[in-house]
Amino acid sequence: MATSLRARPRFRRAHRRDAKPDPTARRPRRFTRRDGAVLAASAIASGSIVWLLYERILPFAGIQGFLVLWFGTFLAMYGLAVRELEGTLIAKDRVAAAAIGGVSLAIIVPLLAILGYTAWRGAVYLRAHFFTETLEFTGPEDPATSGGGLQAIVGTLEQVGIAAMISVPLGVLTAVFLNEVGGRLRRPVRVFVDAMSGVPSIVAGLFIYIILVVRADWGFSGFAGALALTILMLPTVTRTSEVVLRLVPGGLREASLALGAPEWRTAWNVVLPTARLGIITAVILGMARVIGETAPLIVTTLGNTSLNANPFDGPQDALPLRSYLLFIQGVDNQVNRAWLYAFVLIMLVLILFVAARVLGARRVGGRGERRRTREPSLDPADGVVPVSPAS
Amino acid sequence: MSPVQTEARSDPDVVTLPEPATLFAEGVHAWFGDHHVLADVTLEMPARAITALIGPSGCGKSTFLRILNRMHELVPGAALAGEIRLDGVDLYGQQMRATETRRRIGMVFQKPNPFPAMTIRENVLSGLKLSGMKLRNAGDVVERTLTQAGLWTEVKNRLDRPGGALSGGQQQRLCIARSLAVSPQVLLMDEPCSALDPTSTRRIEETMQEIAHFVTIVIVTHNMQQAQRVSQQCAFFNVEEGSPGAIVEIGPTEKIFDDPDDPRTADYVHGRFG
Repeated sequence: MATSLRARPRFRRAHRRDAKPDPTARRPRRFTRRDGAVLAASAIASGSIVWLLYERILPFAGIQGFLVLWFGTFLAMYGLAVRELEGTLIAKDRVAAAAIGGVSLAIIVPLLAILGYTAWRGAVYLRAHFFTETLEFTGPEDPATSGGGLQAIVGTLEQVGIAAMISVPLGVLTAVFLNEVGGRLRRPVRVFVDAMSGVPSIVAGLFIYIILVVRADWGFSGFAGALALTILMLPTVTRTSEVVLRLVPGGLREASLALGAPEWRTAWNVVLPTARLGIITAVILGMARVIGETAPLIVTTLGNTSLNANPFDGPQDALPLRSYLLFIQGVDNQVNRAWLYAFVLIMLVLILFVAARVLGARRVGGRGERRRTREPSLDPADGVVPVSPAS
Repeated sequence: MSPVQTEARSDPDVVTLPEPATLFAEGVHAWFGDHHVLADVTLEMPARAITALIGPSGCGKSTFLRILNRMHELVPGAALAGEIRLDGVDLYGQQMRATETRRRIGMVFQKPNPFPAMTIRENVLSGLKLSGMKLRNAGDVVERTLTQAGLWTEVKNRLDRPGGALSGGQQQRLCIARSLAVSPQVLLMDEPCSALDPTSTRRIEETMQEIAHFVTIVIVTHNMQQAQRVSQQCAFFNVEEGSPGAIVEIGPTEKIFDDPDDPRTADYVHGRFG
């Protein structure tokens, strides 16, 4: 009986006219205290058994193996326990949910660990003057709190900014070509973009180094670095934008064309605005792809401990590049400073993400409701769903 | 028409009510790839009248409708033969651009499709913007077309809200207003009510009756009562196994429903099959 509850509608107070007592509201999906107890008991029991096997009986060692084995045993025990209490169907469902939850955890934990460790190692050396001073007069003997990173912040922002200015229009236009125009060139272009996304970053850097820094005799510059980053950013922006454009319902294109719009206006005034939030995501992903790139910058911007705000002339610094250059010196102060640079880089990425989302979420006709209708609007099924009541 | 109005029409900045026009299809065939889907359709769709195209699914009536405003050619592999004339001008002739054709012959689709990135006001004006027309008296256009579409009183206080926030029936009326804003001479409707509830359907039908005096309407519908209620003329399309779809019978709606010449028409409109 309990197994078939899932499919039933929830009964609420619907028959108030009749003198019947209020029906009890059943919530088949609710996670009760007993469910929690079963979950915890399975976790503890499986943990104990695996610990016994692992530490006392079998000649194994190491935390990773223990965790994997524990998780497997836990799933089995949890499944058996739930089956005993609720039946096979619910047991399968719970085990699947627990497995997915566990895997998600296994992904989130390392991510948080990376962020947390960087913050722990780097944030302690952060002082306000990091954002106003450079490393020009700071030596390896100076404590990590001395000096600053202005030259690297300026460099990173300029290089990534220039790379975005080139690759976003190009990438979005290419996506529009792939998705809205098409024709015989569609396939070769798509293959080319895919191949481009496989270019190792050092190859992109060396390419720019040979062609521009050496042959064209530009010398090292932030702009050369930006061009190397553009090579890496372009395929990401293109492919992500293309996927997003493909989600725009064909009915909107038809509606636009049926109003007498030429195809370019349809793409520009209907398709792109509809996909705007997705395009912004594509831009963010592209920037995230390149903001931490170090290898191509080694051979293009070279690095510079003093401030050079002109990206077109002379070596320039960048946060990941400086972090790397400090690390390889191996001196305690410099390594700590490298962690500080890495931390500031992560914070910068975070700020860019939030800023892009906030700017992108500007709503049709003001007020903060856009997010509710915006994202589902890419879904063809959403068009007929009334969203907000009349005001 | 008075000379004043003729004067006004010659000024591109002034949006005036369109002149209804007669649409005439002669010997129309259609293919998708090698598949012949529509054969030899000749049909006059007179001005100031509503023509209903009825028939079973797959008989080619939607294809025919899309040929009327050159949407058919957007489908890869689509081909056609025959002539479509709007007040005597061949729509597929050398001097007609597809965009101009579509601006003069608007279309309302089965599923309401307001532009989600635009407000209600922007949706109404989108056709003018998209077809590159100059915009003057935008407020008047919005009020006029929304009133014609029977939506003005419901949305006049929230014109700056997104079009996607309306109910399905309201969205469809918004789409009608959007089509009317570019002052088309003909409005094609491809099962405009099939996704709507009976109340919304009724509102759309009222709207059709109100706008029929200044825009020629051609509607595809699977709903016999709807065809009977709204149209003055009916064309029954049918398709037989292995042959392309074709018109079986054309006539005044009353005749098609009460006393059709062809037994297949009688069977279809009365729901008898096989």
